[in-house]
Amino acid sequence: MPEIIKVLDKLSAKRSLRNTIYLSSIIIFFTLILIPPILGVIMKWGEMEQVLSQPKLMSEALNAIGNSLWVAIFVSVIDLAAGIPMAWLIARGKSKWLNVIDTFVDIPFIVPTATLGYSLLLFWSEDGLSSLFGKSLISPGWLLVILLHFTFSYPVVTRVMVGALLDYKLEYEQASRTLGASPLTAARTVTLPILKPSMIASFILAFARSISETGATMMVAGTAFINGPLFIKKYHDLNQNGPLVFVSFILIVIASLIFITIKLLGPRLKLPVRKVWPNAERKLSSSGVTASRNGLALLIFFALILIPSLFVAFPAFKAIFGGTTLSQALSGSGVWREYWQSIILTYFLGGIVTLINMIIGLPMAIAIARKTFGELPSIILDVLVNIPLVVPSVALGASLSIFWKNFGFLPEMGPLIFAHMAITYPYFVRSMSAAIERINVNLEEAARTLGAKPFAVFRTIVFPLTKYSMLSGAIMVFTRSVSETGATMVVSNLVTAPVLLVNWVKSGVPTTILGLGCGFLILFSFIILLILRLIVRGREVY
Amino acid sequence: MPDVRLVNVTKTYGKIVAVDNVSIHVHDKEYFALLGPSGCGKTTLLRLIAGLIKPDKGEIYIGNRLVNDVPPEDRDVGFVFQTFALFPHMDVWDNVIYGPRVKGFDMKKAKRIGHEVLEMVRLHERLDAFPNELSGGMMQRIAVARALAAGAKLLLLDEPLGQLDAKVRNELRYEIRKMTKDLGLTAIHVTHDQAEAMAISDRIAVMKKGKILQVGTPEELYMNPKSIFVAHFIGESNFLEGYVAEINDKTITVELRNGIKVETINKTTEELKKGERVVIALRPETLKVQREIRKGKNAVLGVIERMTFEGTNVRYEIRLENEDLVILTRPSLTGKWYKIGEKVTVSFPSEKAHIFTYPKVGLREELAVE
Repeated sequence: MPEIIKVLDKLSAKRSLRNTIYLSSIIIFFTLILIPPILGVIMKWGEMEQVLSQPKLMSEALNAIGNSLWVAIFVSVIDLAAGIPMAWLIARGKSKWLNVIDTFVDIPFIVPTATLGYSLLLFWSEDGLSSLFGKSLISPGWLLVILLHFTFSYPVVTRVMVGALLDYKLEYEQASRTLGASPLTAARTVTLPILKPSMIASFILAFARSISETGATMMVAGTAFINGPLFIKKYHDLNQNGPLVFVSFILIVIASLIFITIKLLGPRLKLPVRKVWPNAERKLSSSGVTASRNGLALLIFFALILIPSLFVAFPAFKAIFGGTTLSQALSGSGVWREYWQSIILTYFLGGIVTLINMIIGLPMAIAIARKTFGELPSIILDVLVNIPLVVPSVALGASLSIFWKNFGFLPEMGPLIFAHMAITYPYFVRSMSAAIERINVNLEEAARTLGAKPFAVFRTIVFPLTKYSMLSGAIMVFTRSVSETGATMVVSNLVTAPVLLVNWVKSGVPTTILGLGCGFLILFSFIILLILRLIVRGREVY
Repeated sequence: MPDVRLVNVTKTYGKIVAVDNVSIHVHDKEYFALLGPSGCGKTTLLRLIAGLIKPDKGEIYIGNRLVNDVPPEDRDVGFVFQTFALFPHMDVWDNVIYGPRVKGFDMKKAKRIGHEVLEMVRLHERLDAFPNELSGGMMQRIAVARALAAGAKLLLLDEPLGQLDAKVRNELRYEIRKMTKDLGLTAIHVTHDQAEAMAISDRIAVMKKGKILQVGTPEELYMNPKSIFVAHFIGESNFLEGYVAEINDKTITVELRNGIKVETINKTTEELKKGERVVIALRPETLKVQREIRKGKNAVLGVIERMTFEGTNVRYEIRLENEDLVILTRPSLTGKWYKIGEKVTVSFPSEKAHIFTYPKVGLREELAVE
């Protein structure tokens, strides 16, 4: 055993040192992640009067906030309605093809949201599906925004619900069936109520993704529709801090309130299980109805999720097989010079942010999972850690940029890294604290009684049992950072790949170039995810 | 009224044959046990009857109705799971009247049934409790009450006592039996505990590796095991290995190791030939132990190798001169205990010995329960 590990083992036996580490991780969380956006808002508090004194600006701001909220709630509800039947089909179906479809569900995850936005724009425009009908079916505006948000939040719900259904103890449902319930009644009165925590979790995640998304929404929103993030971006570009802070503040408060309300009241929410319509539900359980439901779930998935997500690949292929676009791209001439720079910046940023979040997030995850500071502090920390998830990233970015401007000596990368850290922090901590909670405390206690020092327990018990969760948490941090657009735009002048793509769409760059640009981004993200996925493949087998 | 008939039922999972061409007939109002070591297919068989899984081959009849394609909710069976599967999001009352509710009974009738069954399991005062607030024994009784409330005439019990403490288990086994008898139900009870099966069942089917080895009353299985596995699994048996030395219509003479000869009554259904390798099974209570060394019919010398005081009984392990080990218990009250190393004579009556051909896979493997 290397000397250094022996030393660390020995040091870890000191309670004071362990507490220092846990405490530092909490202090870092507060000083780098939680407090700065709040201070950012407070610093510009006075400028909010601009909005209050101008009724027209006020109504525009409230309209934008309202749009953000109803789109997020509406889309999350639709996600559950469409995602649960699909998850059911994947988890319970017997066809081999369902494995393939299961993998396809993740595709909108792999495609960075800005690229996804462009893909959807193309798909529904005259160049895409609408060309079949001779006119544009859906033009940029609220309907396309809803379709877009549905596309990128649907996989979250489906993924969570497939996992929940696979973990679910089938015996409850079987008991219900032997007691006389038809399949639909059993699902409605037993399975879904038991899976309510997963439904709530997936609703929050879908809501968070929808309310936060900026880059892709900018591409498809057109000129008439405006929501919170678009409003913030608009006034950031106009250099008016008042309206920006006003909307950021309200969005942060409302989103946090909704999150806390769902988190606290969700478990008390009672699903209607007492009322049963035996005959109607029996008819709805018939094989004909079930087949139609499965067909509809698949149709929605292919027509509204999968094909629109991948549509951007067509111009990319056109660029590869014809013209000079590919050679220009590879030689890095013209617009491509900036493109490759942005790609390098994007992945570099993603890597750094992932690394830092793993280091500062791990002690926090342990402290939450093992209730190091007691029951109540652990619950409070858990809620606080998750708040950045639901806060619109552009609002977070806006207030962060105000805060970090006071630290002029920081390199330009600094605020960008801090913003990405704040946005992605919850993903790692959530994943790790859940994994650690799943480990039986007895295992750790057994290791201690066998003579292992705390650090040795971590090395030999906790780490091996959670390394896959650690990796999947890291993957989530990385992909979220690579996708991030809204906060990046307002926090820094550095151009990451998604920001560049948004700029290209806004400035009317030809579709072949845009398509290829998006294609590369998808390809790189796909390769990185594939490699990581191959490592994670074993999942947690314990 | 529900009798249950399985005709040549087979269920496979990939290459594993979980239930292998099984035919049984469980009579109306009978308390029937499916007994066997874990992995023998008994739970699969129960789930086939409930309709939770479908057979690959064969027919399943409940009360003369072919139910192969009938979904579980239409079979009118009550299934009690090993883990009880009480719905965690419902209190006791909602769990109990779940069946009447989903079957669309009017609420008045549902409530009456709910009160009746709760009265029956004596848990009326725990209406508002949630499953996680109940003890194992209470959960078990609620699980049974829930199945009864759904109107089940056929009760399928999957190791229903497996998760309970020994004392509670012993109390509840009689309670379940009494309740099913009082209500005139048919019950099929899956267990790996032979004492439990013997104590509650009218008849028992012993299963191994997906097959039914023998069906009979507890007495039949104990007194006349048809296979060496049943002799071992039901109650206790001692085994002596040897070869057929002589065989005629009435008796079989077996030569044990070291040239010792013993005689058994020829009542075997197996066709034995002279020189064939065989195993003699002897129940411990049929063995007679004496201090004096004597030669005689079916008398074998041995040495006390181990002695264990168990309270009511003293248990002896005796190494016989043919090298086989026999185990038996004697009441501790007699006071005349044998000492370790003491030489004794062990003898048995010819008619109490069961003779079987030596298993092809070896004796140890044949008797393995894991």
